[in-house]
Amino acid sequence: MSAPEQEIVQFDNVGLRYGTEREVLSNVSFSLFSSRFYFLTGASGAGKTSLLKLLYLAQRPSRGAIRMFGRDVITLPRDKLPAYRRRMGVVFQDFRLVDHLSAFDNIALPLRVSGVREADLREPVSDMLEWVGLAHRAEARPATLSGGEQQRVAIARAVIGRPEILIADEPTGNVDPEMAVKLLRLFEALNRLGTTVVVATHDIQLLRKVPDSMIMRLSKGMLSDPTGALKYPPRRESGAGGNT
Amino acid sequence: MKRPPTIGRAVDRGLAPFRGRRAARLLPQTRLGGPMPWVIAIMVALTVVAASGALSLSNMVSTARGELAGTATVQVVEPDPELRQEQVEAVGDVLGRDPAVAGFRIVPQEDIAELLEPWLGSGEEIEGVPIPALIDVEMRKADDGEALARIENALREIAPRARIDAQSVWLAPVLSALSALKITALALIAMLAFVGAAAVWLAARNALGGNRDTIEIVHLLGGSDDQIARIFQRSILLDAAVGGVLGLVIGVAAMSFLGSQFAALQSGMVAGGSLLAVDWVLILLVPLFAIAIAVYTARMTVLSSLRKTL
Repeated sequence: MSAPEQEIVQFDNVGLRYGTEREVLSNVSFSLFSSRFYFLTGASGAGKTSLLKLLYLAQRPSRGAIRMFGRDVITLPRDKLPAYRRRMGVVFQDFRLVDHLSAFDNIALPLRVSGVREADLREPVSDMLEWVGLAHRAEARPATLSGGEQQRVAIARAVIGRPEILIADEPTGNVDPEMAVKLLRLFEALNRLGTTVVVATHDIQLLRKVPDSMIMRLSKGMLSDPTGALKYPPRRESGAGGNT
Repeated sequence: MKRPPTIGRAVDRGLAPFRGRRAARLLPQTRLGGPMPWVIAIMVALTVVAASGALSLSNMVSTARGELAGTATVQVVEPDPELRQEQVEAVGDVLGRDPAVAGFRIVPQEDIAELLEPWLGSGEEIEGVPIPALIDVEMRKADDGEALARIENALREIAPRARIDAQSVWLAPVLSALSALKITALALIAMLAFVGAAAVWLAARNALGGNRDTIEIVHLLGGSDDQIARIFQRSILLDAAVGGVLGLVIGVAAMSFLGSQFAALQSGMVAGGSLLAVDWVLILLVPLFAIAIAVYTARMTVLSSLRKTL
């Protein structure tokens, strides 16, 4: 991509605890840049899903600061949050498809929420169904789809609106290796179109399939930076003065 | 595998409304399957009956007050018929001279006998009974207590046992009871509105609980509180509209039945309670008010619940 990289997400010493339990994320600081492909790895229970929840604005941190698209989203009034959420696509670990809606309607949901007219969404949704290999299951309800098919619907729903950032939580967890590669190719294609992609996975093999990706590793709620992907934390954290 | 579909920037980044049938489909619901339309129908039917009753009583009181305002009755109580006749003529002179009196009419003895017939009988049975003479007086002003007192003083000299009463005084307890009934009906309407709103509040909370996952997904996909509230509003609007029309039909039918029963009494006072055109307009507004209350309550319930989430 020829467009200059922009910092679209910035975490600054973010901590997250549920209730009075110990922190599931501690002193997490990083930046994400536009048009980059990031993997978030870590063992089960490392805090990947919690970090993603903060990213897709389903959770507020217990401490620290988060800026997205140039705005502090922690102090942002909640009525402004939907506009930010619309700039993201999310693939949930448990798919979160609407049970009583067809595959077509599930995929069309982000467009409808954004006010796209029915006449304008039919073609892109049909294209997307075809692209994920589910054109013949357009009218099927999630309960009648296999795990892999549900995952593909969830991915199609996440990318249909051409989000600026795609956040995927174990997106290949329920598909066979061949489909996993296909889905990664979809993410790469979106990435080439300018979408920042963040894929949380514990599958080490997957990391090698996207050569230009950057890796963020979470361990016991602490973030490490094995590929130098994180141009953050701020200098004061590393003892070199503030840069924010 | 093909390249990803080129859909361009199809998504409007603003907060365009998410409404209509497609939006409503987010909430699985079988219309008329739930109790809400029936609850609203019952509320509207009861409100229509209560409102009709209140309006009818109000009209009855107004008509009675209007008819009785500025009228009085002089009773000349004298057992001797000749003396009574002399006193009636003297009272007529006094009334004719008084500037506060617009006119008067000596009620014929036959009319009085007819009024008393159910209690005293007729013909020979009533011949020996001393019946007071009655004079209907029309005053120039309503509730002119000063003039009535002056006339009463004047009558005392010519007919010591004569008395004058404003007719409104006789019916005051009846009118007071009718007014109390009217207030009760209005209180009933207020309570029905409150209970209706409470029922919608419970239904909306129940629906929110039952659709929590869907709502969370819509939220995470960028749906605003207003969009989600609108889905519930539309749902309750349809329920309330069906219930409102049904309730109106039931209420008007019940009211018509009661009206025909009261009309059979052939009472002049009851006839004064007929509904006017403006009353019908108010009654037709009852389902619209019910719909407005239901939609507003549903909206407020949903918004208040959503505000507790991120």
